[in-house]
Amino acid sequence: MAAPAPDHDRPHVEIDRVSMAFDDRPVVDRLTCSFPRGRVTVILGGSGSGKTTLLRLLAGLIRPTEGRILIDGTDVAGLPESALAPVRAKIGMLFQGGALLDSLTVGDNLALPLRERTRLSEARIDEIVTGRLDAVGLDHRVARLLPGQLSGGMLRRVALARAILLDPQILLCDEPFSGLDPISVKRIELLLSRLNRHHGMTIVIVSHHIASTVRLADRVLLLLPGRAVEGAPGELRENADREISGFFDEDLDESLEPREVATRIEPLDDSPRDAGSARG
Amino acid sequence: MRLLDAIRELGFRSLGVVAHLGQLLLFLLSILRASLLPLRPRRWLEEIWGQGVLSLVIICVSGLAVGMVLGLQGYNTLVRFGAEGSLGAVVGLSLIRELGPVLAALLVTGRAGSATAAEIASMVASEQIDGLRMMSIDPVNMVVAPKALALTAVMPALSTLFILFGIAGAWLVGVGLMGLDGGVFFSSLNNAVRFEDDVLGSLLKGLIFGALIGLMATFRGYHARPNAAGVSAATTSTVVVTSVAILIVDYFVTALWGFEI
Ligand SMILES: Nc1ncnc2c1ncn2[C@@H]1O[C@H](COP(=O)(O)OP(=O)(O)O)[C@@H](O)[C@H]1O
Ligand SMILES: [Mg+2]
Repeated sequence: MAAPAPDHDRPHVEIDRVSMAFDDRPVVDRLTCSFPRGRVTVILGGSGSGKTTLLRLLAGLIRPTEGRILIDGTDVAGLPESALAPVRAKIGMLFQGGALLDSLTVGDNLALPLRERTRLSEARIDEIVTGRLDAVGLDHRVARLLPGQLSGGMLRRVALARAILLDPQILLCDEPFSGLDPISVKRIELLLSRLNRHHGMTIVIVSHHIASTVRLADRVLLLLPGRAVEGAPGELRENADREISGFFDEDLDESLEPREVATRIEPLDDSPRDAGSARG
Repeated sequence: MRLLDAIRELGFRSLGVVAHLGQLLLFLLSILRASLLPLRPRRWLEEIWGQGVLSLVIICVSGLAVGMVLGLQGYNTLVRFGAEGSLGAVVGLSLIRELGPVLAALLVTGRAGSATAAEIASMVASEQIDGLRMMSIDPVNMVVAPKALALTAVMPALSTLFILFGIAGAWLVGVGLMGLDGGVFFSSLNNAVRFEDDVLGSLLKGLIFGALIGLMATFRGYHARPNAAGVSAATTSTVVVTSVAILIVDYFVTALWGFEI
């Protein structure tokens, strides 16, 4: 390859004083951080804190208003869409809603990048698709269904199968656990940790799921209003700053201000029983 | 200082319109550039089939209804001057030159144009477009260009279909109901219509309106805000803006083509 050999001591992904604004409204403000090679980094933050925006910046889907974004040393912030293909070949992205094409079956969805990006035979493509479905714990018969016919957990796994289809080195996951039942959460968690351990994938996860975060993350990037904090999950959990450690509390009641919690819920009606029987 | 503010506001607005037209032009260029590499004849045929089928029924029914009304109005007016023999010419020329292309374009805008905008906008909102970009598949090449080209290609055909059903409707009323002679109806139609002027002009209008619908619908869909409100805004604005644009463009095409009176 003509490209310089990757420097293995260097972080896989680096963000250097990156700002992003939508219609003059700043969402990311001079953020500097890095994602180490072969590690799992979890991005935590309240909703609207710019987590998805950050992932989209890393993938080159949107351009920062200023700053540099280095993937393996290549600055993607300045690259035009047509020059991004070699960088995107290294990146797999698991979108929050799956982002599978509604009009194609699961099998065609998975085959699409293979048909478009490679010259493999249909038989070989079929084999790879079945293999990837198997890797995420799905039967090959799922390939015949449309994305709309899948449950949330199955859809997320198919989306994961597509994200890892072309063997990316970097996997970006936007809220991979949200809206899933506990068993599906465990399954996705296991798949992600396997990809990291067995294939050395660099993984960046946006998540609200604290238990999974603590189990999976080598590092945590916490996006707070006006600042960002990096550290190991244990470190941040024990941090003296309540704004930081508060994110890891499973029991929220003690960390909340009393007035933030409704203490009494007003009944809608004086005699709900009567209203119920009158209607019946 | 009110006046100054108003003038400044007007300036900003006009700059906005110019910027918007510029974006539209750039989008058109990107469609043209992306449509060829790689060539996707199967996607194109799928879209041409889909867009055509979507509007087929409303085009036929509306064409028939409009033709019947024209037949009725035309007959009742012409009979006062003893000129009911020209019914075929009157109905045929107004359908071929104006009503066919314009009404068909407005119907296609409401049916296929809005559906196209909504489909692309919801692909934006559900990140399907970004998913394609992550796989280094150009969404303009794979999704946008086939839809825009299909709308351009089916419009002349749908407009012609509208005209044929319109003439059939007028024939039903004039000949079937009012007792006009069928031979007279068709010979007056045949003598009045000139192929190079009227028929080619009609097809040209269909083509231009189709391109307009294809461009506007895909542009609005592709640049929709990535949420449910964005999808509905893209759909509504496609119908409103395209309908008005069709009526305005119709004037200029008519004036420049120089239909002979
Ligand atoms: N394409 C966009 N256009 C305008 N505003 C956007 C866009 N994408 C995100 N935003 C805004 O940026 C902020 C952060 O969004 P996001 O990154 O999705 O947050 P999170 O994923 O942390 O919930 C939100 O206020 C959102 O409204
Ligand atoms: Mg988000």
